[in-house]
Amino acid sequence: MIEAQTVTDGRGDTKRMNMIQAINSAMDVMMARDTNVIVMGEDVGYFGGVFRATAGLQAKYGKTRVFDTPITECGIIGVAVGMGAYGLRPVPEIQFADYIYPALDQLVSEAARLRYRSAGEFTAPITVRSPFGGGIFGGQTHSQSPEGIFTHVSGLKTVIPSTPYDAKGLLIAAIEDNDPTIFFEPKRIYNGPFDGHYDRPTSNWSNHPGGEVPEGYYRIPLGKANVVREGEAVTILCYGTMVHVVASIVAEMRVDAEIVDLRTLVPLDIETIEASVKKTGRCLIVHEATRTSGFGAELSALVQERCFYHLEAPIERVTGFDTPYPHSLEWAYFPGPVRIGEALKKIMKD
Amino acid sequence: MAGDLKRANLPPLSLHVPEPKFRPGDKADYSDLVIPAAGEAQRPDVSAKPDSFHGLAYSLVRVLDDEGRAVGPWDPKLSPERLRAMLRAMALTRAFDERMFRAQRQGKTSFYMKCTGEEAIAVAAAFALDRDDMCFPSYRQQGLLIARDWDLVDMMNQIYSNKGDRLQGRQLPIMYSTKEGSFFSISGNLTTQYPQAVGWAMASAAKGDTRIAATWCGEGSTAEGDFHSACTFASVYRAPVIMNVVNNQWAISSFSGFAGAEATTFAARAIGYGIAGLRVDGNDPLAVYAATEWAAERARTNQGPTLIEHFTYRAEGHSTSDDPSQYRSANEGSDWPLGDPIARLKQHLILLGEWDEERHAAMDLELAERVKASAKEAEKNGILGHGMHQPFETMFEGVFEEMPWHLREQLEQAVNEKKVAGL
Repeated sequence: MIEAQTVTDGRGDTKRMNMIQAINSAMDVMMARDTNVIVMGEDVGYFGGVFRATAGLQAKYGKTRVFDTPITECGIIGVAVGMGAYGLRPVPEIQFADYIYPALDQLVSEAARLRYRSAGEFTAPITVRSPFGGGIFGGQTHSQSPEGIFTHVSGLKTVIPSTPYDAKGLLIAAIEDNDPTIFFEPKRIYNGPFDGHYDRPTSNWSNHPGGEVPEGYYRIPLGKANVVREGEAVTILCYGTMVHVVASIVAEMRVDAEIVDLRTLVPLDIETIEASVKKTGRCLIVHEATRTSGFGAELSALVQERCFYHLEAPIERVTGFDTPYPHSLEWAYFPGPVRIGEALKKIMKD
Repeated sequence: MAGDLKRANLPPLSLHVPEPKFRPGDKADYSDLVIPAAGEAQRPDVSAKPDSFHGLAYSLVRVLDDEGRAVGPWDPKLSPERLRAMLRAMALTRAFDERMFRAQRQGKTSFYMKCTGEEAIAVAAAFALDRDDMCFPSYRQQGLLIARDWDLVDMMNQIYSNKGDRLQGRQLPIMYSTKEGSFFSISGNLTTQYPQAVGWAMASAAKGDTRIAATWCGEGSTAEGDFHSACTFASVYRAPVIMNVVNNQWAISSFSGFAGAEATTFAARAIGYGIAGLRVDGNDPLAVYAATEWAAERARTNQGPTLIEHFTYRAEGHSTSDDPSQYRSANEGSDWPLGDPIARLKQHLILLGEWDEERHAAMDLELAERVKASAKEAEKNGILGHGMHQPFETMFEGVFEEMPWHLREQLEQAVNEKKVAGL
């Protein structure tokens, strides 16, 4: 179900990669192509990042292009904005999405507004990479999904991949993009897809088509969703880890669902969403983030506005609860197979 | 709550909330303010280690003495032509401020901020920097643009948000931005420009460029996290950047004590970061020039950042939106012991025999006329008024490089509203 037509020439041979390796490869490819691309963040240099996403890059490209930073997210993004204004193309890493809040002012008031407020003279072509989401027993400070905070901000793009293949192609597109982009990496699926069953054996990317990744350059355009599974009965809108959880429960329940992996939240691929919901007449929205004012609320409003006369049942949302992400009760919090299954039964019955 | 019997023999804790020495109705008295004599501060070699001159963070670099003589090791020894050019740029800045403040009072725009009394800090710095050194100013450094001979009409167009506004009416008045002028887009959020300036300087260094960066913030906003993030980054990577703290004593109605001035100087912030720190008489154009020149040479020779506190006084309100007589003593500004930067440079030039009262009066008249003519020219492009000067489409342009579908839809809605409203 990979969109082969999005691949450009010169991508080279493919290789089995997990999502970390694919992300590393994207930065490697871009640093080789463009000397203005620089990578910075806490522990990203010599050590290669706490998740190893930047491993080997400093040795290959030198300390002035790949370097460790002080532990100040405000400073990391503020410095990246200045570097962008100079003409560089910074790819800062925020070690966990949960740590991004000290950088919020620099992202919201500065990076996102710079093009607008300078009438195009200064821009912030920054790609902020950050691992996000739960499912690794990270507790409330290593599990959050704050994408809704950023999709609410005018001037920011938000991208969330669900496979190694997509991660590399989307990250390359984000780095090449001249606008600031938040690139959230679902860390639960760094090493393999996740079916949502915490009590079953984990799998890795070696058996998944999305783990086959070209070694060279290719890009997946931002703003294009991927229909992971075609179906007639219900449209399921999801992204990141939840794409795999949804696919698993759909297979288990034998529902003829159309699964749409959004891949980019802003700008959103509204055409694909609209066409799918008009075809199926039902819409289930699944995300891991908290419910109230989450991105699912925006999706629900859009589908209602555009597809109301095609709907056979009320739009359903499956989300994390409006609590902090708990540690011990992680799997009670996580919107797993039971919560999704109940919602699917309900929407199919209506 | 107060009945902790375990410590009954101790006095209760008390919270210290700073209070300025003088409030409305009080007579400001500066007799206990220690002002080192001009020429007294040592001038370290540009290659000296920051920890070898910590005293300069607590002293005051001053060049012009009370009689207008340039004295001591910091005298930049500028030619009379250069001194007159600096005087002229400061006077033009003041004339510009007068006119634009009045324009706001006349209802021609929504907002204005003067830099009266602080002209030297931006103007002398611009003279000491190279034209292509990148400035990341706060909102009171209009003197940078004026010293760089930026077109007054262009600045006024921005203030009026009119058809000629290069920023398409998107920014609050005085939030200028010009890449060509090496003047970064001003943010209304305080001190966000500090880490940005450091980042720009780091990029310049990483690329083997020769340009340096300079940034300015007020003493009040040194309390922001961005200030400290910037100092850390600047120190760690020895960024070629000059970080200026304009200590004009007041952050709107909050005196400098709320940023820590009761405890230490702002230049002393540099010491903890291992950055070169200077405290300078901000009303002394030659001292500001000399300090900036010294810091620029340090930066340009890979010797790292400098933090300069400019000790000055905000002679007017924060902006057109506040009345300083409501929160500070009436004579505080007029009795400021470090005088007025324009008057002091004028006195110096007269003492040198390079200037006189008649020429000064003629210059003031000429500059006022020039500003007036520029204002008339800018007003041909419109004043703020109802604000509907730009095509509605421009509101949606530039959010992203390419307009996504949701903004295109909202643009259609706005255009439709325009029709409905009969505009």
